[in-house]
Amino acid sequence: MTVAQEDATIELCRSKLREFYEDFAHCLDTDRLEDFPDFFTEQARYRIIPRENYDAGLEHAPIYCAGRAMIHDRVVAIREAALYQPRSLRHFISGPRVLETLDDGSYRTMANFLIVESLLEVEPQILMVGQYFDEIERSGPMLRIRDRTCVYDNYRIRTTLVIPV
Amino acid sequence: MPQSKQDKNIERSWPKEGVIRVPAWIYSDPDIYARELETFHYGDTWNYVGLDCEIEPGGYKRSWVGERPVLVTRTEDGEIHVMENRCAHRGAMLCWKNSGKAKDITCPYHHWAYNLGGDLMGLPFLRGAGGKGGMPRDFDKSKHGLTKLRVARRGGSIWATYSDDVPPLDDYLGPEILERLDRLVSRRPLRLVGYSRQIVDSNWKLYWENSRDPYHATLMHPFLSTFGILRTDGDYDSVPLQEGRHEYTFSRYNPELRNSTSEASRQIKSIRSDLEMRDKEVVNSVVDEFQDGMMGAFQVFPTILVQQYFNCLVIRHIILKGPGKHELTWTYFGYADDDEQVRELRLKQSNLVGPAGFVSLEDSEMLALMQPVVESRPDAEQVIEMGGHGTEAQSTMMTENLIRAFYDFYRREMGL
Repeated sequence: MTVAQEDATIELCRSKLREFYEDFAHCLDTDRLEDFPDFFTEQARYRIIPRENYDAGLEHAPIYCAGRAMIHDRVVAIREAALYQPRSLRHFISGPRVLETLDDGSYRTMANFLIVESLLEVEPQILMVGQYFDEIERSGPMLRIRDRTCVYDNYRIRTTLVIPV
Repeated sequence: MPQSKQDKNIERSWPKEGVIRVPAWIYSDPDIYARELETFHYGDTWNYVGLDCEIEPGGYKRSWVGERPVLVTRTEDGEIHVMENRCAHRGAMLCWKNSGKAKDITCPYHHWAYNLGGDLMGLPFLRGAGGKGGMPRDFDKSKHGLTKLRVARRGGSIWATYSDDVPPLDDYLGPEILERLDRLVSRRPLRLVGYSRQIVDSNWKLYWENSRDPYHATLMHPFLSTFGILRTDGDYDSVPLQEGRHEYTFSRYNPELRNSTSEASRQIKSIRSDLEMRDKEVVNSVVDEFQDGMMGAFQVFPTILVQQYFNCLVIRHIILKGPGKHELTWTYFGYADDDEQVRELRLKQSNLVGPAGFVSLEDSEMLALMQPVVESRPDAEQVIEMGGHGTEAQSTMMTENLIRAFYDFYRREMGL
């Protein structure tokens, strides 16, 4: 896997952040789910939450992972258990921004995402559109996500949500 | 020869075999669908509309009865009202947000204003302007309130009906449902955890049957058996109630089952002994808050399926969106006095059920693919013979008794 690397003494610039987000998207778009947990820290929180809940301060998230172990479990469940029709997903990530450098040297960042889903017998459709709100930290030469909240604007999930966002 | 779904030549009479056959036209015929709404949702039933923890005093939330949008309001003194979210003037939608605070409800179109009880309080230019226009002198505001539904509450749950004839809610639910509902919503004040909303391109009855079908559970949802949550060889009750109107299923979680094999477990291809969840809290009873080891689900016709997995408590509200479409609003809840540990467990275990649920995502996936096939052969018949031909309670998962019991009820109500 490729993860954006840089000297830990340099501020995270937007182009590096974009690279990191693109690597993340590439991992999912190429169906390398097994590599997905490596983008996160050991204690990372990862959740996919409707804007309705996020704006109202409601905690429920259709996918909620507390720690990389749960992110790994989600991948195993998709691979070994879940039954779903074949699909191709493409992530389009735009407008990455470094919002803030936190006291411990990590970063608060965000970006928009658009995911287009292609199924058999139907035209490609927008699976989900929304925003990532992230906290990213340096882990040696790598960047890792310690908190990702994927806030989706869709009022409803169409049929199912299988693959992480 | 295949016939189109528009073909009215198909005879609308139930197969002579009875409830062991279900004719496929009931899943797509627009006339049947319209009659279902009139008979059930707008007829002599109690429709679930929400939980009291969703609405602050002086606030509202939107819900649906059948296809109709309604408002559930709560006045400052705590009284709950349910009314159509439809201006009595010209039919405009009144509330555009899913929930909020409001002193009164003002239509955005012509500013007709209603109180939280649905009474028309005033309208602009009642007497016109400059001596011109205005409503007729005999216009009676008291006759132009919002269409109100009758309301009943049980614990934290709120129900509404258009009917003057339906029995009181407690009788409508019956003792078995009341026991199970009270266990979840009547003992402690509720706390709203949040929503997942899902749109599924299938007739609502396919979903209704699906949650009455323990036969498919361990076959189509490999997660259950793979991680030993539910096994066909565990204790299980499939119990129809009120001649098929409602039902409950019940199992006791048995942590030992995972390590055993049996004739039944060998028939389930998905059982694996090498797979383990790294985070065991998602699939284990960490905090047994009900002290009864019970897991299960129940259906209250025609609107909800209530389910508990460990500490994940959720109501699935089935909202009709046409013959070939329904929405599921999943309302996750807990209790006002939940501690940090339980709050976190509810969030973690809600990975199990919902639009991305480990043990539910296959349902909508399957049904959305099933609908066009079913529509392509409205003359075909489903075979419902697992567990025999009867509609009585059974203590096995290998049965379709709950589906037969449902159609026994359905046929009587629909006159089919």
